[in-house]
Amino acid sequence: MADATTEEKGTGVILGATWTEFWAAWGDVFTTASLASMMAASGPLIYATIGETISEKAGVINLSLEGSIMLSAMTGFGTALLVDNVLIGFLAAAAVGAGIAALIAFASIELRLDQIAIGFVMTLLAIDLSDYLGNRFVGEAGPAVPAWPIPGLSEIPWFGEVLFDHNLSVYGSFVLIVVAYVFIYRTRRGLELQGIGERPEGAFARGVAVNNMRYFYTILGGALVGVAGAAFSLDQKLGWREGSTRNLGWIALAIVIFGGWHPVRVAIGAVLFGFLQVVALKMQPVFPGLSQVLPTIPFPMMILALVVVYTDWFRRLGDRYPRLRGILAADPPSGIGVAFHPE
Amino acid sequence: MSLLLEDIHKRFGAVHANNAITIEVEKGTLHGLLGENGAGKSTLMKVLSGFIDRDSGRVLLDGQELDLSTPKTAIQAGVGMLHQDPLVFLPLSVVDNFLMGSPGHRFLNRAEGAAELRKISEPFGFNFDPDAPARTLTIGERQQLEIVRLLWLGAKVLILDEPTTGISEIQRVDLFATLRKLADQGMIVIFVSHKLEEVEELCQRVTVMRQGRVVGETALPTPAERLVEMMFGQVITASDRPQVEHGEDTLVLSGVTFKEGNLEVADLSTSVAKGEVIGLAGLEGSGQRTFLGGCTGLVPVSSGTITVGGRSMTKRRYRDFMRDGVHYLPAGRLEEGLVEGLSMTEHFILAGEDKSFFIDWAAARKSSEESIGHFSIKGFHDSPAESLSGGNQQRLLLAMMPPGLKLLLMEHPTRGLDIESADWVWTQILARRDEGTAIVFASADLDELLRYSDRILVFFNGRIIKEVEARSTTGEQLGFLIGGKEPE
Amino acid sequence: MTLKARSKRSYANLAPIALAVLVAVVLLVLAGANPFEAFKLMGQGAFSGWTKTGETLMAWVPLVLAAAGLIITFNAGLWNIGIEGQIILGGVAASWAAREVGGPGWVVVPAAIIAGALGGMLWALLAGVLKTRFKVNEIFGGLGLDFVAASLAVYLVIGPWSRQGVASTSGTDLFRDEARLPTILENNRLSLVAVALAIAAVVFVYYLMRGTLFGLRLKAVGRNARSAFLLGIPTSRYMLGAFALCGVLAGIAGSMQAIGFHFKLIPAISGGYGFLGILVVLLAAFRAAWIAPIALFFIAMSRGSTQLDLRLDVDSALGGVITGILVLLVILGGGWQMRRLKRRVPA
Repeated sequence: MADATTEEKGTGVILGATWTEFWAAWGDVFTTASLASMMAASGPLIYATIGETISEKAGVINLSLEGSIMLSAMTGFGTALLVDNVLIGFLAAAAVGAGIAALIAFASIELRLDQIAIGFVMTLLAIDLSDYLGNRFVGEAGPAVPAWPIPGLSEIPWFGEVLFDHNLSVYGSFVLIVVAYVFIYRTRRGLELQGIGERPEGAFARGVAVNNMRYFYTILGGALVGVAGAAFSLDQKLGWREGSTRNLGWIALAIVIFGGWHPVRVAIGAVLFGFLQVVALKMQPVFPGLSQVLPTIPFPMMILALVVVYTDWFRRLGDRYPRLRGILAADPPSGIGVAFHPE
Repeated sequence: MSLLLEDIHKRFGAVHANNAITIEVEKGTLHGLLGENGAGKSTLMKVLSGFIDRDSGRVLLDGQELDLSTPKTAIQAGVGMLHQDPLVFLPLSVVDNFLMGSPGHRFLNRAEGAAELRKISEPFGFNFDPDAPARTLTIGERQQLEIVRLLWLGAKVLILDEPTTGISEIQRVDLFATLRKLADQGMIVIFVSHKLEEVEELCQRVTVMRQGRVVGETALPTPAERLVEMMFGQVITASDRPQVEHGEDTLVLSGVTFKEGNLEVADLSTSVAKGEVIGLAGLEGSGQRTFLGGCTGLVPVSSGTITVGGRSMTKRRYRDFMRDGVHYLPAGRLEEGLVEGLSMTEHFILAGEDKSFFIDWAAARKSSEESIGHFSIKGFHDSPAESLSGGNQQRLLLAMMPPGLKLLLMEHPTRGLDIESADWVWTQILARRDEGTAIVFASADLDELLRYSDRILVFFNGRIIKEVEARSTTGEQLGFLIGGKEPE
Repeated sequence: MTLKARSKRSYANLAPIALAVLVAVVLLVLAGANPFEAFKLMGQGAFSGWTKTGETLMAWVPLVLAAAGLIITFNAGLWNIGIEGQIILGGVAASWAAREVGGPGWVVVPAAIIAGALGGMLWALLAGVLKTRFKVNEIFGGLGLDFVAASLAVYLVIGPWSRQGVASTSGTDLFRDEARLPTILENNRLSLVAVALAIAAVVFVYYLMRGTLFGLRLKAVGRNARSAFLLGIPTSRYMLGAFALCGVLAGIAGSMQAIGFHFKLIPAISGGYGFLGILVVLLAAFRAAWIAPIALFFIAMSRGSTQLDLRLDVDSALGGVITGILVLLVILGGGWQMRRLKRRVPA
C-alpha cells in the first residue's frame, strides 16, 4: 500500500485509493456495530420527518424545522440537566416544538400570513435563541437516555444487535413509524387528515372541522419535531454546543418531499440518510472529502425527484404503470400551504 | 313527508341573493329548479347544504325545523348535496372516498366499506373498483360515488347542482334512471339546472328563480314558452340600429377544436367580418370562455385552422395574437385584467405603446390624467386598481386598450355594472366597431345580446348549437336555445 | 391618508419595536446583566474606533448587496431561498479569479468581482430554470442548491485548493496582496470600493424598481402573474431575469467576502448573509430605501453583541435574538392589522 499523501487521496473519486482499502472500509460499514449505530442515528430524523409529514399532510408547512430542532435539542438537554430527569427533558423539548408550530399555525390560519415567511423567520430566531439560552449548557455533561436492550430479542445474532439493543428513544422511533402508518391509513381520523390537506373544501363538506384539525395536527407534528431534538441531545450527540443539530432540519424537510409524504417511505429515507452517514464515516480514511459531501446528497435527490415528477415523460409513465408512480413519488397534498376559509 | 323552504333570505352586502324564497317539495318528487346565472340558485343550495348561513327563514322536513348551520349538521339532518364538480379526493381510493367523513369505528374497515358500497350500488347498476384511485373515475362515476355515499349517510333530500355538465349522454341517461329510482324509493330530489329539455324530461314539478326571487312554480309538462318567459322575463327585442356595411372577414374558424386539459369546444366553423358584432349566448360553462380563449391564443387549437386578418394563427400563442391586433378583455377584472396594488398610471404604462426602458413619470402622469378625464374614470392617477368600483375598473380596462384593433374579444363586458356604466361601455365598443374592429362578446344578458349583436352564436354543452341573426330573433327564441331546445 | 390614520399607523409600527426592546431588556436582566450597560457596549462593539467601524461596514456590504438582490426577486413574487448558494458561488468564482488571474491589482480585483457576479448569476439561473421550466418550487430547489454550493465550497477548501499538506476547513491559502480589495488604511479592512458597490446596488435596485419599465413589469408579475401575462408580459422570462439580477448582486456579495473580508475561501464564505438578507427585506417591508439602514442595524446588533460575550458574559447571539424577534413581531403585527381592517368592512 503506497503511502499516498492525504491530498492525493482526497481527490474525491474512486481512483487514487487502493481496492483493498476500499473494500475494507466498505466491509466495515456492514458490521453489526455500524448498522446498529445507523439505526440509532436515524432516530431523531425519523421523529422529525414523521412529525413534518403529519403537519404537511394536514396542509401546513412548518419550515422552521432547522430552528425548532435546534432549540428543542437545547431545551431538552438543558431541562434534563437542571432537573436531572431525562423524561422531563423530552417533554420540555416537545413543548418547545409544539409551541413554535402553534405560532406558525396561528399566523397562518388566523392572521392569514404566508407560512413560508413565518416559518423562515422562526428558523433563524430559534437558532439564535438556542445559541443564546444554551450558552450555559455548553460543555456540560448531562443525563442521557439509558440503554435498554430488549431481553431475549437482543440476543438474536445480527438482528438482535442491530434492532433490539438500543434505548427507549430509538425504540420509540420504530414504534412511531408503525403508529403513524396505521393512524393515517387505517383509521377514520387518519383518513380525515388526508382529506384536510388534499382538498379542504371537500373535507369541510364532509363535516370535518378543517381549521381545528389543522391546528391539532400542526402542533402534534411540532411536538414530534421537539422530541427529535431531545432524541439528539439526550441520546445521539450528547450535550449541547452551538449549532449542535446543524442541517438536521433542512435534511428532514428534504426527506419529507423525497419520501412523498408517506410515513414509511419517509422513515426509510431517514434510515437511508443514516446509512449514508455511516458510509461517510467509514470511508473517511479512504476518501477524506466524502464525509462532507455525502450528507448533502438528499438535496440533489430531492430536486431530482421534484423535477422528474413534473415532466410529461414521467406523467405518461405513471399513467401506464400506476404502481410505479405510487412507489417513486407522490404529489404533495393539493391543499398545502394555502389557508382554508369557507366562504 | 315534505321539504318546506320558508321565506329564506340571504344578502351579500347590497345584493339580495335570496329574497323570500318559499318552496315546497313532496316526498318522492323530482323537483326542478330553473334559473340563469345570478338567479340565486347556487346561494340557495349553499344555504341548504350548510355551507353558508341564511339571514332569515326556516327549512322544515316533515314539519321539523332542520339545523343547517354546517355541512355536518346538514348531512345529519338528511340533506345531501351533489356538487357540480363532485368533491372527490383524487389520490385516495374509491372506498376511502366513500368512507371519509362518515361516523364509525376508530379503525377503518375497508372490507366492510367495500361491501356496503357494493350493496348500495347494485340496485342502481353502478360498478366500482373499491381500490382504484378516484382520479381514474369519470365525472359521471364520481357523481355516482357521491350519490351512493349520501344515500349511505341517510340522505332524505338529494340536491344536484347542474349535474349534467361534463358527462356523456349515456351517463346522463343512467343518471336520470338512478334519480327516478331514488324518487320511487321516497327520496326528495331537487334538480338544479338551466337546461330546459332535461328539466322537462326528468322533473314532475319545477320552480323558476330569477334575480333572487321565486318567479313561478308549475307542474310539468307545461308549455316551454312559459318556462322561458319565467326564466328570462319579458325580453323586448330592441334592435334599432341600422344595418352597417361589413368589410372582409377578420376572424375565420374552420372545423376548429379548442382543447386544453378537460375543456374542449369542438367543431367550430364561423367567421367574423370587419365591423361586425358577434354575441356569444349560453349559460356559464357552455364553452364561450374556451372559445374566446382560443380566438386569442390562450387555448391551443387541436384541430382545424384559424386565421386573423388573413394570416394563419393556428399554431400561434397569445403574444402573437396580441401583436397582431387581437385584444382580450377577461371577465375577472381584478383577477385577470388588472393588477392589485398598482395604480392607474402604472396600468397605463404597462398597457401603453411606449416601451422605453426608463419611465418618465411626469409624462406618464399627465397622459394618465388625460385618459382618466377622457374616459370619465372616477379615481386619481395614483389610485390603486382595487380601490376603483367595478364600473370604473371596466372604464380603466377599456382605456387601456390599444388603438386600431382588428379583433376585440370580451367576456361579459357589462357584468355587475349599473345601466349608465353599461351604456357608456357600449358606446366605446361601438366606436371601435365603427373604426373597423370586429367585436366578439359573451354575455348572460339576453337584452344586451339582442340589442348590440349582428349575429348570435348560441353555446350549449361545449358546442355551438345554432347561429342566429339578432335582428330576426326574439328573446323567447333565444331563451329556448340557451336552454338547449329548438324554439317551437 | 388622514392625520389620525397616519398617527395610528406609526403607533402600530412602533409597537413591535417597543416590544422587541422590552424582550431584550428582560433577557438581559435574566442573564444577570445591566441593560443600559449592555446597549452601550453593543454600540461600542460596533463602532468604537476605526478598526471596529471598518469591520462593521465590511460586514454590512455583503448584507446590503444580498438584500438589494432579494428585493428584486421578492418583487417578482419569488422566495429566493437559494441566495445563500448564490453568494457562495460568487465567493468561489472570485476566489478562483484571485488565485488564477495574474497581474496588478486593477486587473485582478475587477476580474474577481466580475467572476463573482457571473458565478452568482449562473447559480441563480439554475434555480430559475428549475422553477420556470421544471416547476420545481424555488424554496426547495433553492434550499437544495444551497447545500450543493456549500458542499462545493467545502470540497474545494479541503481538496484541490487546500493548503500545502494541510486539508483543513479553516480555508485556503490567503490571497496575495494584489488580489484583495484596496483599503484606505493599513490594518483596516474598510474598502471604499466595497462601500461604493453596496451603495450603488441600493441605488440601482431603487431606480430599477421605481423608474424602469422592467421594474414595473416585474412588480406586475409578482402581484398577479395571470394579469401580467394577459397584459403581454412574458412572465417566465421576467422571473428568470429577476433570478439573474439577484444572482449578480449575490455573487458580488460573495466576492466581497472573498477578496474583501476573509482574503481566502472558507466553507462559510456566505456568512449567513443570504438568509439574514431575507430578514432585512421583510423588516424593510420590501422597500429598497430602507434596506441600507436596517442592514446596518442588523450588523451593529450582531457585532455589538460579541462585546457582550467578552465583557458581560452574555452570549453574543443576543443580537440575533433581538433582531429575529423584531422581524417576527413586525410580521405578526402586520397580519393582525390586516385582519382588523378586514373585520371592519361590513359583510
